[in-house]
Amino acid sequence: MRAFAYERAGGVDEAIAAVAASPGGMFLGGGTNLVDLMKLGVASPGLLVDIGRLPLTEVRETPDGGLHIGANVRNSDLAAHPAVRSRYPALSQAVLAGASGQIRNTATTGGNLLQRTRCLYFQDVAKPCNKREPGSGCPAREGVHRDLAVLGHSPMCVATHPSDMAVALAALDAVVHLRGPGGERTVPLCDFHRLPGDEPQRDTVIEPAELVVAVGLPAPPAGRSAYRKARDRASYAFALASVAAVLDVRAGVVEEVRLAFGGLAHKPWRARVAEEALRGAPATEESFARAAEAELAAAEPLRENGFKVRLARNLAVRMLGDLAAPAGEGSAS
Amino acid sequence: MEPPETTSTVTLRVNGVQHSLDLDHRTTVLDALREHLGLTGAKKGCDHAQCGACTVLVDGRRTNSCLLLAVAHDGAEVTTVEGLAEGDALHPLQAAFLERDGFQCGYCTPGQLCSALGMIAEAGAGAPSLVTPPAEAALSPAPVPLSPEEIRERMSGNLCRCGAYGNIVAAIEDVTR
Ligand SMILES: Cc1cc2nc3c(=O)[nH]c(=O)nc-3n(C[C@H](O)[C@H](O)[C@H](O)COP(=O)(O)OP(=O)(O)OC[C@H]3O[C@@H](n4cnc5c(N)ncnc54)[C@H](O)[C@@H]3O)c2cc1C
Ligand code: SF4
Ligand code: FES
Ligand code: FES
Repeated sequence: MRAFAYERAGGVDEAIAAVAASPGGMFLGGGTNLVDLMKLGVASPGLLVDIGRLPLTEVRETPDGGLHIGANVRNSDLAAHPAVRSRYPALSQAVLAGASGQIRNTATTGGNLLQRTRCLYFQDVAKPCNKREPGSGCPAREGVHRDLAVLGHSPMCVATHPSDMAVALAALDAVVHLRGPGGERTVPLCDFHRLPGDEPQRDTVIEPAELVVAVGLPAPPAGRSAYRKARDRASYAFALASVAAVLDVRAGVVEEVRLAFGGLAHKPWRARVAEEALRGAPATEESFARAAEAELAAAEPLRENGFKVRLARNLAVRMLGDLAAPAGEGSAS
Repeated sequence: MEPPETTSTVTLRVNGVQHSLDLDHRTTVLDALREHLGLTGAKKGCDHAQCGACTVLVDGRRTNSCLLLAVAHDGAEVTTVEGLAEGDALHPLQAAFLERDGFQCGYCTPGQLCSALGMIAEAGAGAPSLVTPPAEAALSPAPVPLSPEEIRERMSGNLCRCGAYGNIVAAIEDVTR
């Protein structure tokens, strides 16, 4: 690891100014991803600006019935928050489906959104990788890519975004509040992460020295919501595929639905094709399957990850079926 | 221009004893404990938060000390496995691990013990896990009963290469029943 200078920011603007003034400067949240990548040599900041003690730790209800989640709210505190558990169960479940109890105690909301891909080549500085070193190539496309993308990838990069939390936030129409040297802006979560295109080095639309200050949620949508994740072991593993859904069924007909997939793409994949197909359709397994298949028709699996398409379809069908079942007749977890 | 400082003086209160250390910013809490304070209870298994062997309590919460930069935790209160017993009296968790054979080689044990301690407090404060029924998401969280399923899910951040999991779960159950 390269030696680095360290500053503990006294305020949001001070933190932004410190990173803006230092070309090798980075924000330090919980450090569970950044310190890992520094040990691997993938990140080598010359200055760490520690934002971990900034008072961005509030979870508060907003006048419009939504929720404001400070960037420094720890993952475990977010998942345990009574308002999150009772009104946004998919979010609580998604956070709890990620990492371990220890990591969730340390990881922050902002850092979770900005964690980097787990692509093995990205993490190995001895290998080429367009995301780590633009123009060096993408060995994953022909190499080890079982865990990588089936949707929205590019010739330059087939990585997935690893966050579970972000998938639930995508289905819940969250927004990301940013503050940078140029002022404040708010970006819908679904537009925050990018597809790789020909700039795979950019995971998100965040600009240099821009800080995530909070995540905002609108009032909880009608209906029931849940998150489900498929992985190689029962716990403490990244998603092969996951699904977050909100479903409102009235008299057997889908009134409103929101669906997002994780583990399939460079960003949380909001399934708008499936949603469109489902609105007004009978809430039956047939409709759910047809909608999921319509969404996944765009999939371009690689040699080793074709199984993800079927897996994602089945996860979605099963979850929508559970959410459609009247309370008591199915489990919505 | 002067080269920027890459070391700092860091104060850690470990098992009730205050220590002041001059540390390179790269030093993790785990390395500070093991290399600078001679407290080798917390183990370095993977050094990447993948195994849990380095688990300690920082300001009362369990965490992987291998990914914590010591400088970022200046002033923190750290509890390691060395701080669990009171003199010769083992902590009930330590006694239960002995009683139940909750280990074989013992390498993961300090992390398992610190993790279990933090985990029991989390469940006691009503924090859910992925297997906690959503129906119990009451507005004022009640303690979550620690079924074997709950214990397994909540302890999944602690791997045991010897596969002592069954006995580890039994030992934790003994303490929480
Ligand atoms: C073994 C292991 C297993 C894991 N399993 C999962 C899993 O199953 N699911 C899952 O979702 N995650 C998983 N994770 C990842 C974990 O969730 C992330 O490491 C964590 O959420 C990152 O948060 P942090 O606060 O520690 O971020 P940091 O490591 O501090 O920061 C990450 C990045 O974000 C930047 N940053 C941090 N905060 C801000 C901010 N407020 N504004 C702007 N930039 C910021 C940093 O500069 C850095 O680039 C796992 C991690 C490990 C080590
Ligand atoms: S998939 Fe993306 S992250 Fe992985 S090697 Fe290719 S360019 Fe790098
Ligand atoms: S050494 Fe820290 S988790 Fe393995
Ligand atoms: S007892 Fe050997 S690793 Fe757990």
